[in-house]
Amino acid sequence: MVKAGIDGVLKAVKKVRGGVKVDHHKNTAEMEVVRIPTPSKVVIPMQQHIGSPCEPVVKVGDEVAVGQLIGDTDKFVSAPIHASVSGKVVAVGDVKLPNGVMSKAVTIESDGEMRLWDGIKPPHVETKEDLIKAVRASGLVGLGGAGFPTHIKLNFPADKNIDTLVINAAECEPYITVDYRECMENSWDILSSVYLLKDLLGFKKVVIAVEDNKPEAFKVLKNIADHKADVDDEVKLMVLESKYPQGAEKMMVQSATGRRVPPGKLPADVGCVVMNVASVAFIARYLKTGKPLVSRSMTVDGSAIAEPKNVRVPVGTNIGEIIDFCGGFKTEPAKIITGGPMMGLAIVGTDLPVLKQNNAILAFSKDDAVLKPETDCIRCGRCAIACPMSLMPTNIVKAAKAKDADTLDQLGVTVCMECGSCAFACPAGKPLVQHMRLAKAILREGGKK
Amino acid sequence: MVNGKKLVVSASPHIRTKDTTRGIMLDVVIALIPTLIAAVILFGWRVLAVTATTVISAVLSEFLARKVMKRHNTIGDLSAVVTGLILAFNLPVSIPLWMAAIGSFFAIVVVKQMFGGIGQNFANPAIVARIILLLSFGQAMGNWTAPFSWKTEAVTTATPLAILGGETEAELPTLLDMFLGIRGGCLGETCAVTLIIGGIYLMARRVISYKIPVAFIGTVAVVMLIAGKGDLEFVAYHLMSGGVLLGAFFMATDYSTSPIKSNAKIVFGIGCGLLTCVIRLFASLPEGVSFAILIMNLLVPHIERIMAPKPFGTIKEKKSKKKEGEAK
Repeated sequence: MVKAGIDGVLKAVKKVRGGVKVDHHKNTAEMEVVRIPTPSKVVIPMQQHIGSPCEPVVKVGDEVAVGQLIGDTDKFVSAPIHASVSGKVVAVGDVKLPNGVMSKAVTIESDGEMRLWDGIKPPHVETKEDLIKAVRASGLVGLGGAGFPTHIKLNFPADKNIDTLVINAAECEPYITVDYRECMENSWDILSSVYLLKDLLGFKKVVIAVEDNKPEAFKVLKNIADHKADVDDEVKLMVLESKYPQGAEKMMVQSATGRRVPPGKLPADVGCVVMNVASVAFIARYLKTGKPLVSRSMTVDGSAIAEPKNVRVPVGTNIGEIIDFCGGFKTEPAKIITGGPMMGLAIVGTDLPVLKQNNAILAFSKDDAVLKPETDCIRCGRCAIACPMSLMPTNIVKAAKAKDADTLDQLGVTVCMECGSCAFACPAGKPLVQHMRLAKAILREGGKK
Repeated sequence: MVNGKKLVVSASPHIRTKDTTRGIMLDVVIALIPTLIAAVILFGWRVLAVTATTVISAVLSEFLARKVMKRHNTIGDLSAVVTGLILAFNLPVSIPLWMAAIGSFFAIVVVKQMFGGIGQNFANPAIVARIILLLSFGQAMGNWTAPFSWKTEAVTTATPLAILGGETEAELPTLLDMFLGIRGGCLGETCAVTLIIGGIYLMARRVISYKIPVAFIGTVAVVMLIAGKGDLEFVAYHLMSGGVLLGAFFMATDYSTSPIKSNAKIVFGIGCGLLTCVIRLFASLPEGVSFAILIMNLLVPHIERIMAPKPFGTIKEKKSKKKEGEAK
């Protein structure tokens, strides 16, 4: 049996403090990822990543094929965007994204053939620079949900002393199982990537971190860690306690190395790079085929979905179409979320496109959507106990009400990653994450004038 | 919108724990019931009259106070019921009912509602009410009924602390009597076994942390061990007399008047224990728990300020600054 502490399997170097135990609801864990039928049209926004939006490089009437470049920019923090279906560009205009922001988008009407662009060929990669160029060209952004352009994350300067790559297979949000499916179905890609990244980027240690609610994945991941290519035994599997937010970047760094990322800094500042396991697997696939990021796996689940599934969808597919493929709604949906229930975004309707960084669509019936009413704070401190960042939400809320920016600064509110543990734990149903967001805004604006 | 119906679009997180304030208060009520039953057995049906008075007075006071202050009604969260119960446990069974009612009123209206309601009281409401009653109605508050005398005729008796303190010549109850609550004292503070059971229930239900009770009780034990020159019986008597168990499990652990973070909780518990012992050993009052908890309640904001946790990853600057200063 694969267990932490036995036979080279690691336990957390420094256990994460705080966090909350949530119900896992991993209903789709044993469901293989299924391709949805080719959608009739896709709407591909030019902003599917953290950073500057891309500009369309195609115009209405152009014929495009799968993997063809349709959006790019020379701004640094960005990632190019490619067509996810073959067909004709029917619109290039403004579209409202799920978070309410307007963005340019390219709408392609599919010809149903999913023809590959004939310019696709596997990139030639021998050095770190080659790899960075290739990763950028692939359009890869953090597939765990953050959407940070991966080529920037991997292009760390030499003086940062990066020694550890942490591969995030924790998947701590309830319902979502696509990272687990990646481990079970694409372990070969993960394996290739691990040793490739280790070689080219010079990591001294690779830690593959997974939560203990995925025992089937342990065997698979342990095989990767024990592979004969790991001559110096530098690739290790780490089994972590299933607790939210185990998979958060700073939590991953602490568990894997014992180091704590200082406020305002990045994992790179303590010598680590954290990557989602699906992003890692994609790199190997891209180097093998040259096909850029045009589709991704998603979990579709929730009490209002008739047939929960794991699906593979082209980027830009309409959310309503995906839900229809999963049997549609079995009860009237009261809330639909992209992402997980702890940090996901509630959307206004299903007529929206799927973005590169969306990893789940969850639809809830009224019973699950309506939360307990808000009552007065009883100062029980469960929020402070739950906070993985050692913050005191009760004090922050008080300072925010008084618009006291100095106290807010002292309390460290900018360190808050809005994971939702505090609001989850609050018996009075206080909307603490909203308070934290308001507090951050007050701090930015400097408080009482 | 889906099928013409609007969706709930609220901020994350979209799931919550099932716990509620009312659920927590209900757990406290449940934890207090064994002691209430023991009190009835020891001190008779009047226990129920006193308890009903304090609880009804507390709930009514809260309802009326909120109405007068034009705030939303909060009696549904059961916190007034808890305050009423705990106050009753702090009173002798013979207390005139009108005094008990005044105590509740003071606890809820002055200590709690005038400072903003639940979560905002500056000190434990029941403790302050008990002290006010002690100062205003000293004789009534010191009129201890002997256990089981309700069956025949009420007889007054002395508390073990008074005996230990040399105030009266009387025989101490046996340790077993102390454990079962067969001694003079406030109606809810004598029965050690039910108080401990209630405390364990609260800790198991994660309503309270073990830190404050252990620090409080542990400190009293250690100090009394030293004061009694190693006499374990002396320690046992002190732990089971007065309000140590009631205070450590049910009053010092009140959320709004105790620290949130673990280390601060321990400091708070130790402080309560130390003050209790100092008052018992050196002051003219036999009982110190109420005043100890009150004083520590007032110190909590300062303790929390000094022991505030550093946000994740904050690097300690002090050491390097000190070295710089020394080098200069």
